[in-house]
Amino acid sequence: MTDNDSIDARVPIIICEDVTVSFGDFQALKGISARVYEQEVVVIFGPSGSGKSTFIRTINRLEEHDGGRIVVDGIELNDDVGNLEQIRSEIGMVFQQFNLFPHLSVMRNITLAPQKVRGVPKQEAEEQAMELLERVGIPEQAQKFPTQLSGGQQQRVAIARALAMKPKIMLFDEPTSALDPEMIKEVLDVMGELAHSGMTMMIVTHEMGFAREVADRFLFFDEGLVVEEGTPEQIFTNPKEDRTKLFLSQIL
Amino acid sequence: MIQAAIAAGAGLIVFYLVVKALDLDLGYGFLSGPAGFNFSNQWLTNYDSNDSRLGAYGVGILNTVRLVAIGIVMTTVLGVLAGIARLSDNWLVSRVAMVYVETIRNTPLLIQIVIWYTVVLLQLPRIAEAINVFDVFYLSNRALALPYVSTGGNFGPWLIIVVVGAVAAIVLRSWLRRREERAGGTQHATAWALALFAVVSVVTFFLTGTPLEPDTPSLEISEVGLLSIIGGLQVSPEFAAVLLGLVIYTGAFIAEIVRSGIQALPRGQDEAAAALGLSGYQRMTLIILPQALRVIIPPLTNQYLNLTKNSSLAVAIAYPEIIWVGKTMINNIGHAVPLFVLIFATYLSLSLAISVVMNTFNRRVQLAGR
Ligand SMILES: Nc1ncnc2c1ncn2[C@@H]1O[C@H](COP(=O)(O)OP(=O)(O)O)[C@@H](O)[C@H]1O
Ligand SMILES: [Mg+2]
Repeated sequence: MTDNDSIDARVPIIICEDVTVSFGDFQALKGISARVYEQEVVVIFGPSGSGKSTFIRTINRLEEHDGGRIVVDGIELNDDVGNLEQIRSEIGMVFQQFNLFPHLSVMRNITLAPQKVRGVPKQEAEEQAMELLERVGIPEQAQKFPTQLSGGQQQRVAIARALAMKPKIMLFDEPTSALDPEMIKEVLDVMGELAHSGMTMMIVTHEMGFAREVADRFLFFDEGLVVEEGTPEQIFTNPKEDRTKLFLSQIL
Repeated sequence: MIQAAIAAGAGLIVFYLVVKALDLDLGYGFLSGPAGFNFSNQWLTNYDSNDSRLGAYGVGILNTVRLVAIGIVMTTVLGVLAGIARLSDNWLVSRVAMVYVETIRNTPLLIQIVIWYTVVLLQLPRIAEAINVFDVFYLSNRALALPYVSTGGNFGPWLIIVVVGAVAAIVLRSWLRRREERAGGTQHATAWALALFAVVSVVTFFLTGTPLEPDTPSLEISEVGLLSIIGGLQVSPEFAAVLLGLVIYTGAFIAEIVRSGIQALPRGQDEAAAALGLSGYQRMTLIILPQALRVIIPPLTNQYLNLTKNSSLAVAIAYPEIIWVGKTMINNIGHAVPLFVLIFATYLSLSLAISVVMNTFNRRVQLAGR
């Protein structure tokens, strides 16, 4: 954690200390310690099965950790956490498979949670949804149903849906991995714009070009551990660990 | 369309059979004669053995219909709860649900009904030693007496007021809902609607001079020293056994339908809803069930039809539904062919009515979204 010493004047919005997660006998996370500061963009990369998804999912407690500590926005996640819904509503999440609600229109996908969780009036929620659809570049799709959209459009709706809750943190789990190549850029552009607007983001991705542009910091995962951590500069020009070097040489 | 064609075709077959029966001088004239037997189970009727056979068959229809109607409601509640329970994170809950489903759906319904009847309900004590639960339930091998209500003189007018109150409450609720959507926050629409309904029905209840009186059963000793339970809602062990059998058996199948309907959805649906901060109840009612219903309703309709047809097994323990009535008449006076045609037509009508209702519901569910 030496890299953080220089910036520890800032407030961490996510604190993880020695977090472990197991599925039965198999330990998927073997003690992860990491901090994310406000407005920071942290990119997580590493081989398949290294625990990237598991880690990002423990941040909003889609997976429960069995050891260590996770504090999000000042609230510790544990069995006693009474208002899990409240915490989750502060954290937006974008999935590899989009996970839009197929029985609801694009508009309703976006307005549902603000209305039901936050009690936002319908008209206000719809106006805000239109603004978000414009921001992600597909206002004309509002009345369609998810299956009528392309993958790239669906993922942009999913981003708009998460943003509609005005989250403090956005989590992305391989948001472009299920997309056809020609649609990857339209989603990365939206994410890049979001990063520049000052959103705190944790992104699992293999799009290293994009990652290098937007990331403040990289975490390299392997076998349930953070093997290396550093700025884009350090990771790309001077990786310390052999495993990082090897992995980068394979994907670049 | 196909439905209408099938209904028309089935109707034609029945018509043809009826005409055939009449041609063979196997007409229905005998139905106007007195039945000569009476019912241990009656509901909404006051049948006497001197009344017509047609009337007796009518009592049989009512006995079948109440069994099916109450059975469908109860089995749906049981099945949906058991299906959700099987998916529970709680080990004990899901295990209990699994044992229920697997034991019940892998044994014959007829045997289950007979067991409920002979091993459970008939083993209850005699009336003289009826199990008394809080002075409101009396359980004996002759009847299960439950607290009920009896109606007074102003029941009709009061019922009309209550219905009007219910309509007003529904209007108020949807008005508050719309305001809620416009203004945001929560207007407690359901709470206000319930309050309106409660006030209207309670106030007019007393203004009309208490049209409903609680009717709790009690144990009485007659002059000759015989004990009997009077008052309340008296459920015969036959009805209770068949109802229990049908509800529990069909519920196990419905549980599997509900479970697989929910499991057919990608996990990501629930996770995405959870990540947005929706509560477990909201996820179930807004995201999971609306999608699962599309898969659930067609096989659920089949289960309702199965329950309807399986209600005929009641004849095994002499619960007087239509098969029992028909059988008794055939034993007395013959006329088997017209009676079986009548029974056939009755089941067909019941099944078609259920299909029509369920298909209407199904169309609405399938249309919402794509
Ligand atoms: N629900 C689960 N049950 C059992 N094992 C799991 C589950 N989720 C993930 N794993 C295992 O945990 C490890 C890490 O998975 P994951 O976090 O998805 O990796 P990554 O996202 O880096 O590819 C893998 O070995 C995977 O098989
Ligand atoms: Mg993954």
